[in-house]
Amino acid sequence: MSWGFLRDLLSGVNKYSTGIGRIWIAIVFIFRLLVYVVAAENVWKYEHDEFECNTKQPGCENVCFDHFFPVSQIRLWALQLIIVSTPSLLVVFHVAYRENREKRHNQKLYRSAGQIDGGLLCTYLISLILKTGFEIVFLVLFYKLYNGFKVPRLVKCDMSPCPNAVDCYISKPTEKMIFLYFLVATSGVCIVLNVSELSYLIFKYSVKCYTKTFSKKQQ
Amino acid sequence: MDWGALQTILGGVNKHSTSIGKIWLTVLFIFRIMILVVAAERVWGDEQQDFVCNTLQPGCKNVCYDHFFPISHIRLWALQLIFVSTPALLVAMHVAYRRHEKKRQFRKGDQKCEYKDIEEIRAQRFHIEGSLWWTYTGSIFFRLVFEAVFMYAFYFMYDGFRMPRLMKCSAWPCPNTVDCFVSRPTEKTVFTIFMIAVSSICIMLNVAELCYLLVKFFLKRSRKVGNPKHHPNHETKEETKQNEMNELISDSCQNTVTGFSS
Repeated sequence: MSWGFLRDLLSGVNKYSTGIGRIWIAIVFIFRLLVYVVAAENVWKYEHDEFECNTKQPGCENVCFDHFFPVSQIRLWALQLIIVSTPSLLVVFHVAYRENREKRHNQKLYRSAGQIDGGLLCTYLISLILKTGFEIVFLVLFYKLYNGFKVPRLVKCDMSPCPNAVDCYISKPTEKMIFLYFLVATSGVCIVLNVSELSYLIFKYSVKCYTKTFSKKQQ
Repeated sequence: MDWGALQTILGGVNKHSTSIGKIWLTVLFIFRIMILVVAAERVWGDEQQDFVCNTLQPGCKNVCYDHFFPISHIRLWALQLIFVSTPALLVAMHVAYRRHEKKRQFRKGDQKCEYKDIEEIRAQRFHIEGSLWWTYTGSIFFRLVFEAVFMYAFYFMYDGFRMPRLMKCSAWPCPNTVDCFVSRPTEKTVFTIFMIAVSSICIMLNVAELCYLLVKFFLKRSRKVGNPKHHPNHETKEETKQNEMNELISDSCQNTVTGFSS
């Protein structure tokens, strides 16, 4: 069980997405998931071992690390990736439900099980709203938890059992900051894509609905 | 999920590339991604642990390491490889879009559609002409730009391509100027020069491919103006053989890299 599962899930969703949806999937795969696995994970690999405090007091380093990093940035990144990809499951479930229904009634109920219309359109729109919501929630969480996206070189810690205010040094702060900004940038791009896909679908189907009612009225 | 996934995506583009494009793809897989995964990552694996400064001052090592290596070589190369491979996706998306349109035409029962079944559409190789030519040329252009930007960023950040043995650091909290020693400097220099050399080869291949496409485009145009008859476009026997050979190479590379990468 690893990232391959998420990759397979998203590949399955690809079939039922719009063009913008496919670009979103490509960005999540390449600029978020792949960058996480091949580069970002290694930057945070020894973060606790390399976190150093200017004291010999046993336990002080542990306590300070825990105080400044309640949840490691890399774990938050991984959680964000998983939770942001999950709303796409709703679409997959709905399509499976449609296909199941067609099989049970043994007749063609829909023009195509995977085509985005009617109930599936609602599900798709809800999944887009949820995706955007989760992205924003995680970005805000990141910002609040770490006081911005900057990683300082030095943090001052005075938690017990540290004797007094002690200097603690974070390892690779610049590299971590670069990758955090990269994460924020790709999240931003994904939010923009989701919002444009949402607007596009709403616009397209309202026009369709309007022309249908207009042509009915004319008849 | 690792480099193997990128390889699967790019492998699909291989069919629709020019010969130079196929050589570029092979060089990318074998001399860059594979070298990065099986060798370079090991060399840089212990970089901060074995970065030693001549001081007992806590925090000095961390700060000096961060000062000299704002972003590790290995991460920069990984990002470079990802960015350089991405324009090929544009071509893959364009081809997928064309296939989708042809499938739609076929399903509608369009008489203009010359395919006998859907499998033929799926297996068809598109020639680089029309709008696909623009997408393909654009992708080569972006590849060049990304390669150049990353090489410049590398040179700018590390003041050249040599890894020194000793670095003098006076960032706070180091008490005064302190000697810091990099681990495996010669091995890192060798790999750096190797990766830069292969980047340069890739840049040259991209420039050659761009020139080839432009020359072909202008020749075709002048031929059209001179001779209004259309020549049928079909794969020659040599092209089919070359295609098969390249697919074999990329398949065997895929197996080797997925086997090596952890």
